[in-house]
Amino acid sequence: MILDAKIPEGPIEEKWDAWLDAHRMIGPGNRPGRRVIVVGTGLAGASASASLAALGYRVDAFCFQDSARRAHSIAAQGGINAAKDYASEGDSIRRLFVDTIKGGDFRAREANVWRLAQLSANIIDQAVAQGVPFNREYSGELATRSFGGVLVQRTFYARGQTGQQLLLGAYSALQAQVAAGRAHVHNRHEMLDVVIVDGRARGIIARNLVTGEIERHVADAVVLASGGYSNVFYLSTNAMGSNVTATWKAHKRGALFANPCFTQIHPTCIPQTGEYQSKLTLMSESLRNDGRVWVPRDPNETRDPNDIPEEDRYYFLEERYPSFGNLVPRDIASRAVKAVCDEGLGVGPVKRGVYLDFRDAIARQGREAIAARYGNLFDMYRRITAVDPYHEPMQIYPAPHYTMGGLWVDYELQTTIPGLFAIGEANFSDHGANRLGASAMMQCLADGYFIVPRTVTNYMATLDGSVSPDEPAFAQTEREVVERIERLMGIGGRTAPQVFHRQLGQIMLDKCGMSRNAEGLQEAMREIAAVREAFWSDLFIDGRADELNPSLEYAGRLADFLELAELMCLDALRREESCGGHFREEHQTEDGEALRDDEHFAKVTAWAHTEDGRPVPHDEPLVFNEVALATRSYK
Amino acid sequence: MRFTLEVWTQASRDEEGHFERYDVDGIDPDASFLEMLDELNARLAAEGKRTIAFDSDCREGICGMCSLTIDGQPHGPNQVTTCQTFMRDFEDGATIRVEPFRSGAFPVVRDLVTDRSALDRIVQAGGYVTTKTGPKPDPNAAPVPPAVQQKVMDAAACIGCGACVAACPNGAAMLFTGAKVTHFNLLPQGQPERASRARSLVLAMDAEGFGGCTNYGECARVCPQEIPLDVIGMLNREYRRGARREDDTVGTRT
Ligand SMILES: Cc1cc2nc3c(=O)[nH]c(=O)nc-3n(C[C@H](O)[C@H](O)[C@H](O)COP(=O)(O)OP(=O)(O)OC[C@H]3O[C@@H](n4cnc5c(N)ncnc54)[C@H](O)[C@@H]3O)c2cc1C
Ligand code: FES
Repeated sequence: MILDAKIPEGPIEEKWDAWLDAHRMIGPGNRPGRRVIVVGTGLAGASASASLAALGYRVDAFCFQDSARRAHSIAAQGGINAAKDYASEGDSIRRLFVDTIKGGDFRAREANVWRLAQLSANIIDQAVAQGVPFNREYSGELATRSFGGVLVQRTFYARGQTGQQLLLGAYSALQAQVAAGRAHVHNRHEMLDVVIVDGRARGIIARNLVTGEIERHVADAVVLASGGYSNVFYLSTNAMGSNVTATWKAHKRGALFANPCFTQIHPTCIPQTGEYQSKLTLMSESLRNDGRVWVPRDPNETRDPNDIPEEDRYYFLEERYPSFGNLVPRDIASRAVKAVCDEGLGVGPVKRGVYLDFRDAIARQGREAIAARYGNLFDMYRRITAVDPYHEPMQIYPAPHYTMGGLWVDYELQTTIPGLFAIGEANFSDHGANRLGASAMMQCLADGYFIVPRTVTNYMATLDGSVSPDEPAFAQTEREVVERIERLMGIGGRTAPQVFHRQLGQIMLDKCGMSRNAEGLQEAMREIAAVREAFWSDLFIDGRADELNPSLEYAGRLADFLELAELMCLDALRREESCGGHFREEHQTEDGEALRDDEHFAKVTAWAHTEDGRPVPHDEPLVFNEVALATRSYK
Repeated sequence: MRFTLEVWTQASRDEEGHFERYDVDGIDPDASFLEMLDELNARLAAEGKRTIAFDSDCREGICGMCSLTIDGQPHGPNQVTTCQTFMRDFEDGATIRVEPFRSGAFPVVRDLVTDRSALDRIVQAGGYVTTKTGPKPDPNAAPVPPAVQQKVMDAAACIGCGACVAACPNGAAMLFTGAKVTHFNLLPQGQPERASRARSLVLAMDAEGFGGCTNYGECARVCPQEIPLDVIGMLNREYRRGARREDDTVGTRT
C-alpha cells in the first residue's frame, strides 16, 4: 500500500493556508443534517466536539467516565507551548517547529509539525477568551516558563493545573453546545467497535456502562480522540481507565497503526514502593527548571541527603549535558537516570531513584517564590510520600507516560479508513520518536479546535446520503461485539484481570521499555502470547454483562492491550536503530547515546492488521527539507 | 495493617442497599484507600465472589471521579480526595464505614458509584463564556492583575467531585456553583454575561433538586481543593446584582 499523506504543495509556511483556501465547505443550512461522532472528551475530543457543534453539525461525544470533564487530560500539570515570544527572546514559529522536529529525533512529518507551531499561538488566545486563568506577571500579562529540550520560555501555565484549566475551558465550550442542543454527551459509554459501510466509517457500537445495553450510533464521520496507551505497561502516569480499545478496534477494521513502539518514559515520577501500587504519579517536568538532579558519588552512601556535601554529589545531567543541564529532553534524562541506577548509584529502598533537589533554588529565590510556582506539586508529593520536599530532596524515577505511536493519519488527520479521523494522543502525528514537554496539549488543541473541524467538513462535503442503523453492517458489527462480551463472561476461570495486567506490564517494562534488544523483544513476544492464552482460558469476571460491571470493562480493555503489546515489540524489533524514546542496545554511540540510521529508518512504519494475525508493515518515507538531518546533541 | 470494613452494597439504582462486612489484613500503610479496596476486590475475585464497584480514574486528586464517604465524611478524614487518602492515616484494626456520596441529587448507580450528572447540567445553564472557535484578541490586551488571577484560580481549581454537596446537611451545591460564578465573573472575559450567569446557574441548581444554603460551612471543610467559603458570598451578591438588572430576561428564583 502506498501511504499518501496528502501534504499540500507549496512552501511550508503556506501549506495550511493554501489547504484552507481550497477546502470544500458545507453551507450553514445543511450542517444540522450532518452528524459527527467524537469518541473522547479530553482536550482533543472536547475541543473538536465544541468546535464542530458551534459550526452547526450534530455532535455525539462519548466518554467512559461519569462526566466529560474527567478525561485524563485533566491531570496534565506543567503547561502548554506556544510561539508567542512574550518573553522577548526572539522565539518564532520556525524555532518551535525546529525544536519539535529535533526533539522528536527526526521521526515526525515536517508539514504537520509546522502547522502545529503555526496554530500554537491561536490556542492560547482561544483559551484566554474562554476564561482559562493562565498565570500572570505583575503587569497582568501572561507568564511563561521553560520546559525540557528548549532554550526559550514559551510554556504557558496555570499553576501546576494547566491541563485541568484547559480541559475545563474546552469542556465548558462543549457544555454550551449541549445547552444549545447541537451536542450530546454520552457519558459512561464505551465505544467497542467502529462500523464500516461501503468502505467508510459510518458509526460506532457502544456499550452503556450503566445498563450494559449495546447501542448503535450513526454518523457521517467518526473522530477518535481516545488518548494514549501507556497503560499497556500496567503502572504508568495515566489514569486508571486510559486504554487502547477505540484505536485498536479501528486498527482491526483496517486503520493502520503507526510507530507503536514509540513510547515515552517520563524521568520525574514518584518511584514505586510496593506491589499494591495501582499507578505512578508524575512530578511535572517544570520542576527541572529549579530542581537539580543528583545521586551520591559513593554507591555505599548512608548519610541523609542534606548531610552529603557538594563534592560527594554527582549532578549527572549537569555534568554530562552542560548546555541543557537538568533541562535535557525526557528520553535523554530517563536513560541517564536508569544508567546511574544500573551503576548502583540509585537511592531509596531498592536503589531505583535519584534526588530532585530544591535546596539551592529555595536558598536563592526564597521559599515563597518556589511555592508560588510549584506549591501544589510539592503538596502532592508530601501527601503521597509523607516527605516534605521543601526540606528534603524529592526522590524520582522514570515511568511510562505518553505514547507517540497511534493511528496513522494523513495531513487531514484522516486514518486509512475514509471518514475515520484520529486526533490528540490517539494519532501518531507530530512528536516523532520523542515528545517535548508541554507539546501534547498543544497538539490536542490544535487538532481539536482548528484542524479537524475543517478537515471533517471537507470530507463530509463529498458525501451524499446518510445510512440507517438498520444496515446489515451495523447488525453484523453489533453481533460481533456481543459475542466477544459473551466470550469474556463465559471463560469461567479463576484469575482476575489485574493479575494478567501486572504480568503484561512487567514484560513490557523489562523488554520493551527504556532500552530494548532483539533477543529480549523476541522473548517478550513469546511471553505476551502465553499471558494472552492464559487470559483467554483462566479469566474470572464477577457480576453480569447487563449491569455496571467494572471487571468486565477492565477485561475488555486488557484483551486489547494483550494484542497491541505484541505489535509494539514487533515494531521495536523491526526498527534496527535507536531514536528518541526507542533505544535499541545494539545501536548506540560510544558514550551510550542513541544512534539513528537515517538511511534505512527515516520513515514511519504503519502496520496493517491481517486476518491470519500476521501484521504487515507499510512505510511512509520522511523527507526533511527545512531542518537538516543531524545528530541530536544537548551537550 | 488490618481493618474491618462495612461497605455499602446496592445492586442498582432501584434496589435497596445494605452494609456488608469484610475483614482485610496485610495492608501496606502506604497503600491508598482505593488501593486497599483494590486489594479487597482482588481477594474477593480470587474466591469467586462479587467485587465492590467504586469510581476512580486519575488517582492523583484532580479528576474528581473518586467519591467515597468514609466514616461519615465525604472523601475521609483529611480534606483530600479519597484517592489521596492513605491507610497510614487510620488506626490499625479500625472498623471503617464506606458509603457512596449521599445526596438526593446523586442517585446511587451501584454500590459506591453515584450519578453526579446534575453538576454538568448546572454548568450547561451558563457556567462558561460564550465564544466560538476562531480569531481572538491578544490576551495581553486585557491584562489581569496577578491578585485577581490568583483569586480566579482558587475558584477554578474546583474538581467537581461533589463532596461539598454530600457534606451539606441541606444537600446544597452552593460551593460548586459559587466557584463557577467567581471564576467567570471576576475575569474581563466573563463580563458580558455577568448579569445573567449567577441567576441562570441558581435556577438550574434548584431545578436539579439541590437544597438551599443555611451557612453550615461543611462544604468548605471537606473540599479537597480548599475552595474558600467566600465564593458563596460572591454567588449571592452576583445573584442579587443580576436580579436588579432590568435588561435581564432570565426568570427569578421562586
Ligand atoms: C500526569 C500527566 C501530566 C501531563 N502533563 C502535560 C503537560 O504539562 N503538558 C502537555 O502538553 N501534556 C501533558 N501530558 C500529556 C497530555 O495530558 C495528554 O497527552 C493529553 O491530555 C491527551 O489528551 P487526549 O484528548 O488525546 O486524550 P485523553 O485526555 O486521554 O482523553 C481520552 C478520552 O477518550 C475517552 N475514551 C477512551 N476510550 C474510549 C472508548 N473506547 N469509548 C468511549 N470513550 C473513550 C475517555 O473517556 C476520554 O474522554 C500529561 C500527561 C500526564 C499523564
Ligand atoms: S481518582 Fe481522580 S480525584 Fe480521585
